[in-house]
Amino acid sequence: MATRGFFGRPPGKDAARRLPPGQYETRDFPVLSMGPTPQVELATWRFTLREGARPIASWSWPEFEALPRTAWRGDIHCVTKWSKFDTQWEGVDIDALFAAAGIAPPTAFLLAESYDGYDTNVPVADLTGGRGMIATRYDGAPLAPEHGGPARLLVPHLYFWKSAKWVKGLRFTPRNEAGFWELRGYHLYGDPWREQRYTGDP
Amino acid sequence: MSAPFAEASRWREALIERVVRQTPRVVSVFLRAPLAEHQAGQHVDIRLTAPDGYQAQRSYSVASAPGAAAIELAIERLDDGEVSPYFHEVARPGDSFELRGPIGGHFVWRPEDGGPILLVGGGSGIVPLMAMERHRAARAPQVEALLVYSARSFEELIFRDELLERRARDGAFRLVTTTTREPRRTAVDFDRRLDRTLLREILAGWGRAPRQAYVCGSNAFVEAVTAALVAEGVAARSIRAERYGGAA
Repeated sequence: MATRGFFGRPPGKDAARRLPPGQYETRDFPVLSMGPTPQVELATWRFTLREGARPIASWSWPEFEALPRTAWRGDIHCVTKWSKFDTQWEGVDIDALFAAAGIAPPTAFLLAESYDGYDTNVPVADLTGGRGMIATRYDGAPLAPEHGGPARLLVPHLYFWKSAKWVKGLRFTPRNEAGFWELRGYHLYGDPWREQRYTGDP
Repeated sequence: MSAPFAEASRWREALIERVVRQTPRVVSVFLRAPLAEHQAGQHVDIRLTAPDGYQAQRSYSVASAPGAAAIELAIERLDDGEVSPYFHEVARPGDSFELRGPIGGHFVWRPEDGGPILLVGGGSGIVPLMAMERHRAARAPQVEALLVYSARSFEELIFRDELLERRARDGAFRLVTTTTREPRRTAVDFDRRLDRTLLREILAGWGRAPRQAYVCGSNAFVEAVTAALVAEGVAARSIRAERYGGAA
């Protein structure tokens, strides 16, 4: 049913094709975080893979920077409804990370964990096969703290709350455990093309 | 836990009861909608539909206290906005649109969370903080609260008359405004950018250590204020932030 007097400003053909349902294009890069931006020092930064509480592999910043690099360019979609096109990221591919650790994923699920206490769950299959990376550069420069620097998860085919900022590690879990927002009414998976914003969305 | 969340994700019809001008750039839209009672600080999603079927969605914080007769949204008109001009120029009592929620479980305050609470708002960032203050005054009036509210001018302070009245009659509620483009009008207010020095001065004047702090506004505002609070010794974990960004 139409809203009386509302006509809106539908996006052009290209944008319409690239926008998942309910999204609009923004040209700036809005920031959304649950609290203050944590100050994460490179000198003490570590990135750790864990199975439950047990560390499997860990890298300091120089060690992490020495891992094989990958680049990705594409569109990102925030659950607060903005989408941003043609963003450019560099970092370490999750496949390369697992290879460097010499592991095969021990479970099908994980939680990305952050320095500010945030976490979010992602199926491992959504990170492997070139679908996810730990990003350390955005638009050709080191990732700014307010956007998650020094390093954030990038899993652009899911709503952007899954791309945890200030990430300190990935923890494999036996089951699909809800993370910070998933415990607070947000969808367990978060596919923008199926508009999985909230618990109860299909 | 998932039942109420699932309930909140259903689109419902919202009926506009009143549209009230708050400032030159902000209107309050009062709605009737069959939503579950929200928590102070939560938001709703709205969806407008054009005659050709095109739809636009946005999120707006709720300004009314939980349990209020009508849901109040305070909507700023954004230059070049797609949805906010509808609320400013078209919407009138009796109109309806779709709405779902309430949404968000982090930037919320409940009476059992206690206090003292520190609320810091920039511009339209006052909206979810207003719901918290209204809720506090109604349900937990013994909890002490300090609201620090920054706007460009006196005229652009949303809910100004209500806030000034609350300041005059509620001993547990302290209000300090700062206007960044206009001289202050009282000796208890300020007319400077809200930086660490000013925050320190305001917190010292209050003399309380906040148990929880809620900061809402533009990203630049929230970044500056939360960093200043951490530098002033407020525990990072006790600070909850909500950043307004993007178009609307």
